[in-house]
Amino acid sequence: MKTVLAVLSVLAAIAVIWYAACVPMNIKGVLDAAERSGAEVVPATARERRDMGSFGLVATNSFAIRDVWSQDRPRLPAPHQVAVELWETTVEKKITSKRSLIYHGQVTLSATLLGFVIGTGLGILLAVGIVHSRVMDMSVMPWAIVSQTIPIIALAPMIIVVLYSIGVQGILPKAVISAYLSFFPVVVGMVKGLRSPDQMQLDLLKTYNASLGQGFWKLRLPASMPYLFASLKIGIAASLVGAIVGELPTGAVAGLGARLLAGSYYGQTVQIWSALFAAAILAAALVALLGVIERLVLKRMGVQA
Amino acid sequence: MMMVSMALLVWCGGWWLNGRLANSPASNTSAVKLLVPAIFGVTLLIVWELLVRGLEVSLVILPAPSVIAARFATSLPILWQDFQQTILKGALSGYIIGCGAALLMAIAVDRSDFLRRGLLPVGNFVAALPIVGTAPILVMWFGFDWQSKAAVVVVMVFFPVLVNTVAGLRETSAMQRDLMQTYAASYWQSFFKLRLPAALPFVFNGLKISTTLALVGAIVAEFFGSPTVGMGFRISTSVGQLALDMVWAEILVAALAGSAFYGMMALIEKTLTFWHPSQRG
Repeated sequence: MKTVLAVLSVLAAIAVIWYAACVPMNIKGVLDAAERSGAEVVPATARERRDMGSFGLVATNSFAIRDVWSQDRPRLPAPHQVAVELWETTVEKKITSKRSLIYHGQVTLSATLLGFVIGTGLGILLAVGIVHSRVMDMSVMPWAIVSQTIPIIALAPMIIVVLYSIGVQGILPKAVISAYLSFFPVVVGMVKGLRSPDQMQLDLLKTYNASLGQGFWKLRLPASMPYLFASLKIGIAASLVGAIVGELPTGAVAGLGARLLAGSYYGQTVQIWSALFAAAILAAALVALLGVIERLVLKRMGVQA
Repeated sequence: MMMVSMALLVWCGGWWLNGRLANSPASNTSAVKLLVPAIFGVTLLIVWELLVRGLEVSLVILPAPSVIAARFATSLPILWQDFQQTILKGALSGYIIGCGAALLMAIAVDRSDFLRRGLLPVGNFVAALPIVGTAPILVMWFGFDWQSKAAVVVVMVFFPVLVNTVAGLRETSAMQRDLMQTYAASYWQSFFKLRLPAALPFVFNGLKISTTLALVGAIVAEFFGSPTVGMGFRISTSVGQLALDMVWAEILVAALAGSAFYGMMALIEKTLTFWHPSQRG
């Protein structure tokens, strides 16, 4: 209860700061518009105002403050403008419309999920190999760890162009980037998880005369589940980032990344912010969904969550 | 066909050699531990080279390692310029500002229980979001030059460092804190002598995660507009010109910079947290 209250007041404080920040951020644009419509503005021309501080302008033109939250193309849109845009582009537009965020969201989401499934599958397979083969462990694992320190995103534009030139386009190139980004967290986490049973438990299985397969299915795999889900949550967030970034360099026409890019080309700030929030909501929903699946799986397996 | 079968042969040879090394009695020495991944890496490069040449893959689409190395060697001045612009100016300054702000904020959060309860869930939440998406907004606000890249990096590294530091500062046990109290230690004394050292492993965890994020933020932000220099700029224009060897050279720079950056943080961590169980091993 106390926590909920604290979170709510932090959120309220953020909203207040946000609304307040709109005033100095947007005041110049509002004053330019006011001057054009013939209102009295101090100082009178845009050139004089350009070099003035925002706060000074607010002080000398306090009549303009009520307009800073309702501009068409503000430098910083007010929270309610973003909310209205989100509402209009999700609920009020048909989902087949090119202006619907749900349409763009599902383009990005499908690439994210496809990539996530591929990356997770391959990651788990590699982890199983690493745990059971000393050669693989010693050769591949150091590279898997080093690869985490590399900004893999830099590969994204090239992957898309290369796949395009051999005739693969659409969802697959983005999915490859997503898969690549979710692959290594899963490998590292899963190896840790599959190694988590201690020597005592492994010895016990040996006294039961359990085969390698039995040891894997009955001890190692169940023991690795908490580690797996922890890395899946990181992996799916990384997948989404991968899919969004994969849409940037080629000038894709659909998807949340394309929305961001188009918004930045045409100065449609409200559109950028709503795409950003849509991406954030999507990421939060995906992570939350994995949390629910984790709880169900662990409960089904009898682990105290 | 010759080259393809040679690639197969090299692969099998490398694998056999690694198998011998990994299963030999010397497999726990540090020399073998370095040698095995090195052999694997070299094998991979040779196989790549042989396959690209043997299967006659267009060198435009997938440049062979030798082509990339040649390009890397001949365009060192450009790469150095891009490195300065993106990594030294954009990523590093953003990293320092962001981590510094997060550490100060973490101390403030730690002093107030209300803030900790309120800010930590929000921070945790924000840390999982695709913050790279703020790049177009920040480029719009701070202009095309490195300042906007630094701003993106600040936003990206802030929350991971904050969340980890706050978690770390909670790490001491009640017994240890009570002991400090019986010594009549002031808040700052117990902070610097007990809680900050205990928090360091967590702080460095956040700092190490942030090294990659900083590079990613600086590179991706350049896709939204940059002066005609910088790694992100070079990557996107070279892709447009199908000069993929240049892209690979930039990726090589990114990889080296990322590993060096991470390695540096790991080294500092090692000297500062030598007492921690994870470092003793």
